[in-house]
Amino acid sequence: MYTLPNKLKLFAIIFMVVGALGMIAGFLTAPSSTAEVKEMMAAHGDGHGDGHAEEASGHGENHGEANAHGAEDAHGGEEAHLEHVLHQMQNRPWSALYIASFFFFMISLGVLAFYGIQHVAQAGWSPILFRVMEGITAYLPWASGIILILLLLSTMHVNHIFHWMDPDLVNPESDHYDKLIAGKSGWLNSTGFMIRAVIYLLGWNLYRHFSRKWMLNHDDATDNRWFKKNFKLTAGFLVFFIYTESMMSWDWIMSFDPHWFSTLFGWYVFAGMMVCGITVIALVTIVLKSQGYLKDVNDSHIHDLAKFMFAFSIFWTYLWFSQFMLIWYANIPEEVTYFVTRIEDYNLPFFGMVAMNFVFPLLLLMNSDYKRVNWFVVMAGIVILLGHYIDVFNMVMPATVGTSWFIGLPEIGSLLFFFGLFVFVVFTALTKAPLVPKRHPFMKESKHFHY
Amino acid sequence: MASKVIHAIYNDDDILMNAVKAVRGEHYHIEEVYTPFPVHGLEKAMGLADTRIAITAFMYGCVGLCVAITMMNFIMIEDWPQDIGGKPSFSYIENMPAFVPIMFELTVFFAAHLMVITFYMRSKLWPFKKAENPDVRTTDDHFLMAIDAGKHDIAKVSQFLSDTGAIEISLIDKEDDH
Repeated sequence: MYTLPNKLKLFAIIFMVVGALGMIAGFLTAPSSTAEVKEMMAAHGDGHGDGHAEEASGHGENHGEANAHGAEDAHGGEEAHLEHVLHQMQNRPWSALYIASFFFFMISLGVLAFYGIQHVAQAGWSPILFRVMEGITAYLPWASGIILILLLLSTMHVNHIFHWMDPDLVNPESDHYDKLIAGKSGWLNSTGFMIRAVIYLLGWNLYRHFSRKWMLNHDDATDNRWFKKNFKLTAGFLVFFIYTESMMSWDWIMSFDPHWFSTLFGWYVFAGMMVCGITVIALVTIVLKSQGYLKDVNDSHIHDLAKFMFAFSIFWTYLWFSQFMLIWYANIPEEVTYFVTRIEDYNLPFFGMVAMNFVFPLLLLMNSDYKRVNWFVVMAGIVILLGHYIDVFNMVMPATVGTSWFIGLPEIGSLLFFFGLFVFVVFTALTKAPLVPKRHPFMKESKHFHY
Repeated sequence: MASKVIHAIYNDDDILMNAVKAVRGEHYHIEEVYTPFPVHGLEKAMGLADTRIAITAFMYGCVGLCVAITMMNFIMIEDWPQDIGGKPSFSYIENMPAFVPIMFELTVFFAAHLMVITFYMRSKLWPFKKAENPDVRTTDDHFLMAIDAGKHDIAKVSQFLSDTGAIEISLIDKEDDH
């Protein structure tokens, strides 16, 4: 049995406290009126304002006839601009919170899917790692609760990170009426959104609950009844998962840009989820090994996990590029704005993330021998995880805060808070059952696994 | 003077594996083992050096990538620039995303094909090559271990080999043009 080291507990609690302070500071420093925004922008110097002025004049030249109209608007335009920036700045702490909570949610859900695949494939190498995976998926109920609360707050208009929830947009009488969003309101409406969220989360959590319970039952059983039952349940779960995961990614991520759509978005989010999940399995396994547990886990198991990290990083890049290239080549305005925004306003995180998620793992993990060197896997894993955090950041932030982005207190605070919570919940869950299943049909094969 | 080899024939891969370990333990030199199918772990038991084909694959991939870049640059930019979908081909870098699939495919193509050719050349296989296996039964269900006789006492080695489970042992004059 694993006991939670006091140091680790303290470490997790410190992270949560520091992170919570950062988050609170983020909420408190968000401006509450346009006057404050003006002050903040003045404090930043004139650089920002000048840039805008140039942009505006360049714009005017291109559209000579529109000039008179533009001059008339100038005053109102400035007030509207401040109002716009105010909303972006108010969205920022909420978006930061949402991104960090979604990121750790995505890790535990990715591990759950990977765990399910191992059961259904009846893989021989991995049963020795099942308890580690179950430990990580123990975070899923926590993450689900948090994300459900965040979504509920959005539908109650406590924050405005989901632009399409504004009822004016679908009201034909209103000045803000948006034909495209109104056309999508059959799917994108708050009621349906919450009902779907509950269905997804309930389905995934029920599977996690019963699979864990039945695998523990199997340890004390004398036949393979629970094993077979779990096999059938898992097969059903995977079918449910691949549909609901895709819909979840439309609802919870893609709808931040309600005009935009991408048909492979579900796969894209799925690939990111799998890389993060498998990386975390490898990291937790290496941590447990360094504490003297999991004696039968050898370098070949780490090698296999690193192979998956490498392969899914490539798969993620393949999808990232497929999405990018088709939209770039076709150049259809309503699609291409997505990448124009990211390349112009988020240049460094956008391309930096591709380097971290593709170039880094490609070069670090290509050599077969390096996949067996534990500290190498840890280094690559940390870069991959940070890279995928920035990936989620890039998926959410451009739509909610636009150009007012920065990786500062709210972002780092939320990340630290959820990291602390994740470590605390996962390592506490690992103490609840022996770290290696007592009896599993493929246990012997898994223990003797070698490459 | 032609050197002599001892051919020991086995009929089971597990027995063969143990025999290989025992023979190496006695410091006899195994020239080659002929098997009807790849025996897992045999190369480690024989003490063969790791394959370096992965390194060649990486280099061939780099060559393929360079070929793709040069080729697309010549075809699409220098020789016959075209305006495709409002994206005129004036510079390679601006049109690079469109060429990525070709860069990827040629990397894979070069790595795969040149790796296979390298493997054939390294294992001395080419069309119309005369088979090297000394006993046709090694293509069916028997395993053959060729041991360099050297200056060892033939009778002692033969006794040792039959103790390891060999079903047939024969002494062969090795031909020079091997």
